[in-house]
Amino acid sequence: MNGITASCVIESQLVIKNGETVFGSEHIDGNGGSDFLLAAYRHFGLDYPRFYKMDPLSKLGWLTGEILLGQGISAKNDLEEDKNYPAEDIGIVLSNANASLDTDLRYFETTKEFPSPSLFVYTLPNIMIGEICIRHNLKGENAFFITNQFDADLLEQYVSHLMDNDILQACICGWVDLMGGEYKAVLFLVEKGKRDPSCLFTSAYMNKIFNREKSNENG
Amino acid sequence: MRDVFIVSDNILSPLGVTAGENFSNLTKSVSGVKKQEKKEMSALPFYASLFDSFPAIPGNYTQFEQLLIMSLTDALKNSDLDTRDKKTILIISSTKGNISLLETEPYDPGLKERIALHTSARLVASHFEFVHSPIIVSNACISGIAAILTGMRMIRSGQYDHAIIAGADVISRFVLSGFQSFQAISPGPCKPFDRDRNGINLGEGAATLILSSDRKYAGGKNGGGEYAGGKYVGGSHAGGVTVSGGAISNDANHLSAPSRTGEELCMAMTKAMLEAGLSTTDIDFISAHGTATQYNDEMEAKAITLAGMQSVPVNGLKGYYGHTLGACGLIESVVSIHSLKENLILPTRGFEQMGVTKPLNISRDLLSVPLKNCLKLASGFGGCNAALVFSKNSI
Repeated sequence: MNGITASCVIESQLVIKNGETVFGSEHIDGNGGSDFLLAAYRHFGLDYPRFYKMDPLSKLGWLTGEILLGQGISAKNDLEEDKNYPAEDIGIVLSNANASLDTDLRYFETTKEFPSPSLFVYTLPNIMIGEICIRHNLKGENAFFITNQFDADLLEQYVSHLMDNDILQACICGWVDLMGGEYKAVLFLVEKGKRDPSCLFTSAYMNKIFNREKSNENG
Repeated sequence: MRDVFIVSDNILSPLGVTAGENFSNLTKSVSGVKKQEKKEMSALPFYASLFDSFPAIPGNYTQFEQLLIMSLTDALKNSDLDTRDKKTILIISSTKGNISLLETEPYDPGLKERIALHTSARLVASHFEFVHSPIIVSNACISGIAAILTGMRMIRSGQYDHAIIAGADVISRFVLSGFQSFQAISPGPCKPFDRDRNGINLGEGAATLILSSDRKYAGGKNGGGEYAGGKYVGGSHAGGVTVSGGAISNDANHLSAPSRTGEELCMAMTKAMLEAGLSTTDIDFISAHGTATQYNDEMEAKAITLAGMQSVPVNGLKGYYGHTLGACGLIESVVSIHSLKENLILPTRGFEQMGVTKPLNISRDLLSVPLKNCLKLASGFGGCNAALVFSKNSI
């Protein structure tokens, strides 16, 4: 049985990890969410220069992934023998509604003068998967699905197939959408053989976290 | 685990409107790549494989949606599947979909909705009366392979019995200017794996692949076409071929430059062959991504060598189609399936002299040889790699 061993939500100037608000600042609302993401980045004492180069969508996805994983999981590599899984056994399956349209619009503006290669690279939604993979050295399966609304059933079915067939041992999955001033990210860490009954990897549980429904048993 | 059979297919490109017509033209070395003078896309001329005109399908469909509908219509016509079946799913692959609308229409909330890939997918799905919401895969240049793999997995898991997978991308100023800004566009026809290769040509097109768990498709429909006396007589149906394995990996190294070692693509290749129950010696040819950029082709050569497959014939099809982005995995898979059926390995148009540091067995001439298994590769921005195995059923 696959279990959800961590979740992280970023929306409406709030960062919620495993059901608890770990950072919030209703006063930081400018710049289409970017100011809040930067404030959260600083609050958690993160130090990753690439963050500043990312487009807002990748910033959102990367930051949610960073808080989701914390010190909890990482891919094995030569320098970090004690970590959990081989790099190729951890995958990322993400989804959203607006693909990379937020950056597409900004890139398109530059085409009127000098097209910007550094913006163009971000005109694909799966780039944020690449950013998270680079950060944590994750080399397993990737997929990016476009759905007009959060489709927990699709994620459950697709990721379960990967886990149940031993294609992956762990997977980050969820939703990362950012368009104009609106943003919402909800990521789950799914691991094999975790049997905490309140956190089975099901679409119902994902929907509960996504909709931020209060529930004592799920913390 | 359930077998996944190919029921029918289509390629819609400047080379033809059916897979048979495309394959026939490929055997005659016809290319869609030519010098384009389209001021709306680029002040300077460029080489690309573009449609002269788009199909006019009644209804308020964009060019992107017209391509999908026309490709799907042909593939469905050659199958007996009912799109209204509850165990049938539509999967759509694209990188940029309707993005060209930004160039001609003012941006407002209506356009935002019109550009969204899920809007196109909904319109296409309702055109064919699919019961379920379509699944949309947008994973850079591996989108087409990832979409086929998604279909294969959904059939294997028993969730669906049939998967209808269609992919398309349209070339416009948006995409062209981006690759130009990367200085990735070749000044002439592209030359995959060649010493003098100098970047990509872009291309537009669509393709459809219909998969099923139903064993009645194990033998294929009409045996495909024939190649005899120097002339190819094409069959419009693919059949008798399975999607036997596939895998995706990430380089975890760089967003726009491929892995320096090719290890991660090699990993996907190895896993795909393992799922197919095959070893490297069972693979009769490799259909490479072969974009004709310095780095991509070098990385693929390293990956193929790491896998110990440097003597396996390799071809690349970008010299005929250009890089069709979210469609390329589908177009090139359908071509590879027809290659298996016709026992023909196509030459790598544009390749003359070995230009990768790990020499490969790059196919230069049309080769008629018994074929059973093909490995299809793709890699893309974001560090993603994909591999699929197609296998001909023993009859």
